Amino acid sequence: MTGNLHWVAVGQITDVPLRGARCVVTRIGKIGVFRTSDGEVYAIEDHCPHKGGPLSQGIVHDASVTCPLHNWVISLETGQVQGADEGRVKTIPVRIENDQIILGLESAQVGKAGRAA
Amino acid sequence: MQQTPKKLVVIGNGMAPGRVLERLFEAQPDAYQVTIFNAEPRVNYDRIMLSPVLSGEKAYEDIIIHNEDWYAEHRVKLHKGRRIAAIDRDAKSVTAEDGTTAAYDTLLIATGSSPFVIPVRGHDLPGVVTYRDLDDVETMLAAAKRGGRAVVIGGGLLGLEAAAGLKAQGMDVTVLHLMPTLMERQLDTAAGYLLERAIAERGIEVITKANTHAILGEDQVNGVKLDDGTEIACDLVCMAVGIKPAAQIAADAGLEIGRGIIVSDTMQTSDPDIFAVGECVEHNGMCYGLVAPLYEMAAVIADRLCGGTSEYKGSVTSAKLKVTGIDLFSAGDFAEGDDREEIVLRDATGGIYKRLVLRDDRIIGVVLYGDTADGAWFFRMLKDGTDISAMRDTLIFGQNYQGGEPLDPMAAVAALPDDAEVCGCNGVCKSRITGKITELGLTTLDDVRAHTKASASCGSCTGLVEQLMALTLGDAYNPMAVQPMCGCTDLGHDDVRRLIKAKSLKTIPAVMQELEWKTSCGCAKCRPALNYYLVCDWPDEYADDYQSRFINERAHANIQKDGTYSVVPRMWGGQTSAAELRAIADVVDKFDIPTVKVTGGQRIDMLGIKKEDLPAVWADLGKAGFVSGHAYAKGLRTVKTCVGTDWCRFGTQDSTGLGVRIEKFMWGSWTPAKVKMAVSGCPRNCAEATCKDVGVVCVDSGYEIHFAGAAGLDIKGTEILGLVKTEDEALEHIAALTQMYREQGRYLERIYKWAKRIGYDEVRRQIMDDAERRRAYYDRFVFSQKFAQVDPWAERAQDEPKPDHFAEYRPLADLSRMQEAAE
Repeated sequence: MTGNLHWVAVGQITDVPLRGARCVVTRIGKIGVFRTSDGEVYAIEDHCPHKGGPLSQGIVHDASVTCPLHNWVISLETGQVQGADEGRVKTIPVRIENDQIILGLESAQVGKAGRAA
Repeated sequence: MQQTPKKLVVIGNGMAPGRVLERLFEAQPDAYQVTIFNAEPRVNYDRIMLSPVLSGEKAYEDIIIHNEDWYAEHRVKLHKGRRIAAIDRDAKSVTAEDGTTAAYDTLLIATGSSPFVIPVRGHDLPGVVTYRDLDDVETMLAAAKRGGRAVVIGGGLLGLEAAAGLKAQGMDVTVLHLMPTLMERQLDTAAGYLLERAIAERGIEVITKANTHAILGEDQVNGVKLDDGTEIACDLVCMAVGIKPAAQIAADAGLEIGRGIIVSDTMQTSDPDIFAVGECVEHNGMCYGLVAPLYEMAAVIADRLCGGTSEYKGSVTSAKLKVTGIDLFSAGDFAEGDDREEIVLRDATGGIYKRLVLRDDRIIGVVLYGDTADGAWFFRMLKDGTDISAMRDTLIFGQNYQGGEPLDPMAAVAALPDDAEVCGCNGVCKSRITGKITELGLTTLDDVRAHTKASASCGSCTGLVEQLMALTLGDAYNPMAVQPMCGCTDLGHDDVRRLIKAKSLKTIPAVMQELEWKTSCGCAKCRPALNYYLVCDWPDEYADDYQSRFINERAHANIQKDGTYSVVPRMWGGQTSAAELRAIADVVDKFDIPTVKVTGGQRIDMLGIKKEDLPAVWADLGKAGFVSGHAYAKGLRTVKTCVGTDWCRFGTQDSTGLGVRIEKFMWGSWTPAKVKMAVSGCPRNCAEATCKDVGVVCVDSGYEIHFAGAAGLDIKGTEILGLVKTEDEALEHIAALTQMYREQGRYLERIYKWAKRIGYDEVRRQIMDDAERRRAYYDRFVFSQKFAQVDPWAERAQDEPKPDHFAEYRPLADLSRMQEAAE
């Protein structure tokens, strides 16, 4: 799969607040880009498996985010729903180069003509 | 026929006389009319707990033994801050320094002790303190805020507790001790060494064999000089070298004096109408400075006052160091001697040292370091003179190892006889605890402490009391009755709020570090709560952490199920105008807003707005004069009003005007949960003020203030706070009430739950009856508003965006249209 990824720069690390998130709009839905308190950057689908809440609007704690709609907690590392609830969101590969956040996207997300950055 | 009560006058208001009175009122509540003169300007508090106050683990309020209500309930006249100047034994009266006099039938002297001050040069410089009362603690806390080094003179019980407390408050600390080992009166040299090591590991410097030569400084202390010439620079000197009985007043009155006021076994002084109790007393050549003997004396006096015949025969004492993390227990006599044997257990790695001193197969001395669990057991055998020859081989291993099999601790507790003393400080036996638990249906440790006093002083028997509760209550006992804030901590909301103040914690990382959070950066439950507590407690210093706010408060709009937002501008008191309505209509058209709805709080909600449009929507609304309605906030929401005297033929006051005034005064304030208010112009109550968090019902004679209503998950009519005459008073009372709630409420706890928890009468007492306190709450509210009344929409409106706000509302990148760019 990795071979088919399009690596796209979406912004500077500092554009995303610590313990915060921003969203990236793609052709097929949004991606949440998160930065944890120790500076790690993660990207997951911005869509809670429960009722579709925008995860990028939630509170970021450790390597997790709590959905703003009904407080489901989702691991940013694995996309797995934590605790008693069940479900998973898709994680998106992230590379950091020269403080740029670069996401590994599929063709459908960026359109056929997208290319490696 | 009822007898006229006799007049009992008490000089001093410490723990010993407090205990006399407790016992007296329990036995014969109406026998005496009591008057107390207290040189300290406050009620009776637990002096043993000063060390936790110094270290920030407890607050003054936590260590009060008798509050104002207690004195009122027992019709005790308490003269605070009045020191007795003279006793006239012929006239049987006392006179205070300010001229207040009181006649007595019986006098109780409880003047306690004074700290011993070494009379070296510089001992009277500012910055030299003793460690005796709350004023000393406050002086030390104030000094600790400025940082620097403190020198504690005296490595005894009190000195080490002072040193640990000052260290906990962030000062560098040096302890000077005259003798070669610490606490030599309670410890042998081996335990003294272990203690010195543990103290040093906490970063406290210990210098033994240190004789203070002089305290240095011109008009403020700046150092200490030792006999050997060493000079130690410092900013604070705390003298904790001992106490001397405060017997001067008794001496002046011609009573017999030794080191202290001499009493017989009946606790009477040389004048039979005068008793003495506590640290000021000398009995049989002994003066005591620990709490257990004082309580034993108090029990005898209370009995004597009721006509009983008990006698005090002296006390055997034990000591325990109250420094968190250092376990140390000592009792009795542990000097070496030809007629004595000893049993010693050392575990160097475990840092454990135990030593029993025996004479004629009986324990006469105990020193425990590192593991003090068996202290009470050894101490009981010491006091009872138990013959230990049968268990001598295993004695040192403790109670669990007697009889071969290790005992289940619960079985050991169950096996205790009914009259076994559980709480040494307060002299409470097992049957009194189990009896009260059953009789009163007590289920929490706090209740048991309140009703029996067991474990209410030094707390070292807490484990035993809890085991007794478990034994008596079975499964009904839930030791985790304090609900932790969340999984990140074991502390409840109230403890966290208290510690934030006590330890001056001013950032979320500081709270998590100091209160030992179990997660690295909290969770979605504790972070918003901590953020609120810090905003509330340090309005001028704390920088609001937006990443710890729920999305609605971060974005200043209400998130909806589809991820869009709704926007509610403020309409002061529910009033609007053609211009405002026109502006709303224009915004709805321009941004294609799908739904417009009138809210329950008399204003207009626009729903379905895309997040990236919010700044532009606010810019347009702002031009028409609108500010945020905070419809998303744990803060002041709406003030509903009726039309009042402006239009209504029944209106008694200008309810709309007052509502607008309240809203303009209070908007922007953050609160533990949302606050909704209303003002009705007459008791017909068209604004429905009687189910609000705070409501006003106008009447002819003024404004009836209501609080603690609910009309959501729960339905509850309000309680009446009280009636005030003017709008100004109404505003002051409402702001003060809100501030009290802001300071005490747990995050997400509505006013009605908070008020029920602390008691409606307590709220009325603080807001209606105590004008000084009300004013203080009001002033703190006004101060806090200086930093809160900034319209968040104006800050974020699109015309002049601040970069740090702007990012919140736009996507980081939009790749849906990137095809060309990517090529």
